[in-house]
Amino acid sequence: MNPEAYESTLFLALRRMRAPLIMLILIYAVSILGLTLVPSLDAKGNPSQMSFLHAFYFISYTATTIGFGEIPNAFSEAQRLWVTFCIYLSVIGWAYFIGALLALLQDQNFRNAVRLQRFGQAVRNMREPFYLVCGYGETGQLICRTLDQLGMRAVVIEIDHGRVSQLDLHGHSADIPALAADARQPEILKLAGLTHRCCRGIIALTNDDGANLAIAIAARLLAPKVPALCRAETVETAANMASFGTRHIINPFDKFGRYLALALHAPAAYHLLEWLTAVPGTIVEPHRDPPRGHWVLCGYGRFGKVMVSALEQENIPVTIIDHAPPASESQRRWVRGDGSRTLALLEAGIQQAVGIVACTHRDVNNLSIVVTARELNPGLFVVLRQNLQANQSLFDAFESDFTVVPSQIVARECLAILTTPLLEPFLWQIKQRGESWASTLLEQLTERFGWEAPTVWSVCIDAVEAPALMDWLHLNHTPAPLGDLLRNPHDRAEELECRALYLARTNDSTVMLPHRHTPVQTGDQWLLVGCSAARRDLALTLSNENTLEYVLQGREIPGGWVWEQLAWLHAKLAGPER
Amino acid sequence: MNLEKVIFGFFIVLAATLNFGFFVGDLDNPMHHDVYELFAAIVVNLIATVLKFGDRTHIGAIHLSTSLVADLQLIAAALVWGYGVHVASVGMSPETIAKVVSLSGGALFANVVSVVILIAETIMQKR
Repeated sequence: MNPEAYESTLFLALRRMRAPLIMLILIYAVSILGLTLVPSLDAKGNPSQMSFLHAFYFISYTATTIGFGEIPNAFSEAQRLWVTFCIYLSVIGWAYFIGALLALLQDQNFRNAVRLQRFGQAVRNMREPFYLVCGYGETGQLICRTLDQLGMRAVVIEIDHGRVSQLDLHGHSADIPALAADARQPEILKLAGLTHRCCRGIIALTNDDGANLAIAIAARLLAPKVPALCRAETVETAANMASFGTRHIINPFDKFGRYLALALHAPAAYHLLEWLTAVPGTIVEPHRDPPRGHWVLCGYGRFGKVMVSALEQENIPVTIIDHAPPASESQRRWVRGDGSRTLALLEAGIQQAVGIVACTHRDVNNLSIVVTARELNPGLFVVLRQNLQANQSLFDAFESDFTVVPSQIVARECLAILTTPLLEPFLWQIKQRGESWASTLLEQLTERFGWEAPTVWSVCIDAVEAPALMDWLHLNHTPAPLGDLLRNPHDRAEELECRALYLARTNDSTVMLPHRHTPVQTGDQWLLVGCSAARRDLALTLSNENTLEYVLQGREIPGGWVWEQLAWLHAKLAGPER
Repeated sequence: MNLEKVIFGFFIVLAATLNFGFFVGDLDNPMHHDVYELFAAIVVNLIATVLKFGDRTHIGAIHLSTSLVADLQLIAAALVWGYGVHVASVGMSPETIAKVVSLSGGALFANVVSVVILIAETIMQKR
């Protein structure tokens, strides 16, 4: 249902209350009118008539079952007769009214309409930058959790009601407005804040390529400036998205194929990349490098095709095991059969092989394949595709070399693009610099920060992120060396637990691994890696003048006007003696 | 013929006529203004208001607002009447009845606007 229809539901709800309301008005009118017409007695027992004020007062407290008694005077018999009738009439009226009201509040359409209104209100009231996440599956949950940890807001659209109600249980520190609706409808996207001025990006993660495509189109047309990150699992969808300028298309299989190719020809560069893009809170485990030699691949589907081409790019021979032959024009070796059967594996030459890729779309099949293969050849390098997060414990129990979890790949990629745009050019440089460079850097970094996922962040030297440093640079006309800035604001003898990886200047020049004497200039963009405490400390240094002065010069500046004046006086008195 | 339209038109016109019936007569003569007529005008106006609920068109919104104005004026008139007779306990004085009638005059104007809108809406209908 689109917002238009929801709105009309509200009007329909009002219409449905017409009959009970009119009934109530009529019952009151008849009761009051009757009471004023029926002969009554005044204080002395003479016949008179009740006025409208008294009649309205009496009916009001009688109809609502408060029952103060016969006011202002004892009633005549005729009045009592009429009032008995009124009491039953009003009870029926109220019962009907309340029944209709409760039925309306229970009505699913009406509740959906109210939910939609509240959601729209919550989104309109957003005053901080937020990301619009379409699809709260495994990837969406991972992204929302990480965004929340990083202190960023999100808005969620998910088609499944169950998952939306799960969101409340996940205990995010900030409120995440969520709506159970179809994200393919542009009106829903608009309501969810696609055109909101605080929207920083839209992330399409549904498990339906068609829906992701629809979201990409809507984002391109309705909010061309908002970057769209879209998951695409087929080449056709990716090409379609690219054709109208979607900036970030994430194909998890393609991405992993590239990772594997990188891991094959430059293991250190691959490890470095994995470490830098790891999801915060995880530990990257260094695994052995994929060997060169004969490989066996089970399941020639979407993922299988990508893997075969990645391996063949590295000139590695592959034998495919599948029920259907690969495309006829290719010269690939193919064995018909089921990868979990010993016979098929032996025929594919598993005993001479160095590695196996199990990439069917069934988790149980994949596990069965690799268990059988390991029995036949214990030294095999195993690449295992995990389709469902729910099977995590099974995959943990089997020690594979690579476990491909598409949802994690997409989440990692999204987060890297969203939170640290500088990371992309840096990662590209890693691939260019060669293996020995990468291995030296990896050794230095992991020695200093460990294998735990580091905090990677970028800092822009501008009025928003570094107001204190901007002022300082403006006043002092001397460069601030990077090494001096990266000091602990509590004790400047200590260096912060972080390191600069990359620098992009306003004049388009870039510096890889800038050393500590590099001057910091206005408009610089720095990519840093380190622990999260260092990130907070640096943010404090850049935004607080007193801290900055202490970190750079070692002087403690008093805070507050009075102390500043006293310090100035003190300096003046102390001045002549020097 | 649409039964809903008949009922709708009936209540709007009845609200205006009852209001007019109460309003005509000397401004400060209590004999010319019957309390039952005021009561009937209030009840019919309230029903007309509820009938206008849930119309999402622009004309529907104006209809509803004129009705709300009429309700407000008539209820204020009834309150003045009740206050004058029972609280101030001076009985029905010319001043009180003048206030009541002038308030109902305001309501009459709102009801006339309502009727005019109803007529305009009917004329705009092509059939």
